[in-house]
Amino acid sequence: MSDYAITLEASGETFTCRDGQNVLAAMERLGRRGIPVGCRGGGCGVCKVQVLGQAGYRTLKMSRAQVSVAEEAQGICLACKLIPESDLLLRPLGVLQSRLAGLSPGRPR
Amino acid sequence: MSFTGVLRPGHAVIRVMEMEPAVTHYVERLGLIKTNEDAQGRVYLKAWDEHDAFSIVLREADSPGLDHTAFKVMSVADLDRLEADLRAYGSTCERIPAGELEDCGHRVRFEIPSGHQIELYAEKKTVGNGVGYRNPNPWPEGLKGMQANRFDHCLLYGPNLADNLDLFTNVLGFNLTERVVTPDGGLLATFFTCSNKAHDIAFVHHEEPNKFHHASFLLGSWEEVLRAADIMSMHDISIDIGPTRHGITRGRTIYFFDPSGNRNEVFCGDYTWYPDREPITWDADELGRAIFFHDRRLNENFLGVVT
Repeated sequence: MSDYAITLEASGETFTCRDGQNVLAAMERLGRRGIPVGCRGGGCGVCKVQVLGQAGYRTLKMSRAQVSVAEEAQGICLACKLIPESDLLLRPLGVLQSRLAGLSPGRPR
Repeated sequence: MSFTGVLRPGHAVIRVMEMEPAVTHYVERLGLIKTNEDAQGRVYLKAWDEHDAFSIVLREADSPGLDHTAFKVMSVADLDRLEADLRAYGSTCERIPAGELEDCGHRVRFEIPSGHQIELYAEKKTVGNGVGYRNPNPWPEGLKGMQANRFDHCLLYGPNLADNLDLFTNVLGFNLTERVVTPDGGLLATFFTCSNKAHDIAFVHHEEPNKFHHASFLLGSWEEVLRAADIMSMHDISIDIGPTRHGITRGRTIYFFDPSGNRNEVFCGDYTWYPDREPITWDADELGRAIFFHDRRLNENFLGVVT
């Protein structure tokens, strides 16, 4: 069993991912932020990241509509399907867009 | 009211990336019953209180989402009439032969202005709901997981909601039950019924066409919604939001995801619609409470996460 250090570019957020765990689940379980969370099933593309530099990792099945073969070759993947096999430096790419921009946010609680 | 023409949501064909975990999710957790598997590997499922052979078809593909959702119409004569009306309206219709989906009669497929493939059909094999038609028990024993009663509706995301409104109300005979409008009269969301439910299909405005927000399944009570949430945590199913209350339709709900990231809903308790009543209108600046009545704020995931 190994733990891997996951670092997010820009924010510098760092958290630990257990062996065999996906990066998004590790972030969520520790209450950390920095990668947008969507379906957690490799389908919606919201948690898209790029693995930077030389790194060891594997990915589970992801939607081809969200990650192309060319993107995958550049280290682009979905954090919910990303299993580290070394420490990783990640660049979050996903943008969770409400396409209803310009609406007022509703009443506060 | 007398039911004619389009009766109800009949089925949805959902793409999944891996069949085995998808079947575990829809059968063991949601509680659907597997009724068939065809030569292409498509898996046919029904909820226990449905009488026809299937309401959900799972198809393995390299990306998730919705292939199409289909409505059952009362008769072949109604199907022919609706096909003629669609063609007269300018829709391009394609006839899918009987048996392409096993145990289903011929289907009429057309694309709606939001980019989705919708189908109509009149005939599907009847298998019953497991308790018979004479002196039945209230429910069959041996149900699994959340014990979903029926496939209830789909919510779809796409553009051109005003054109969808025209097609669904003026050609297909649906009623608008609720809508969300911008100050300048634009449509942000529309909810339609072909029966006396609060919704049989719904749309939210989204720039990208043909996106799938969720397939919804009916439960019997708020207690069953809570129990469904327990099952989700027991099996580490990805929960989106809930249990909570919708302003729109007043449904009590929880949203979650299948293993390929397709959103599901289980819910109970909307109201009974009759076609002599006025549709409900929500103002865009109340969209937060319209969608989730207790949160009262726009939910980025609800508005942005689709397959």
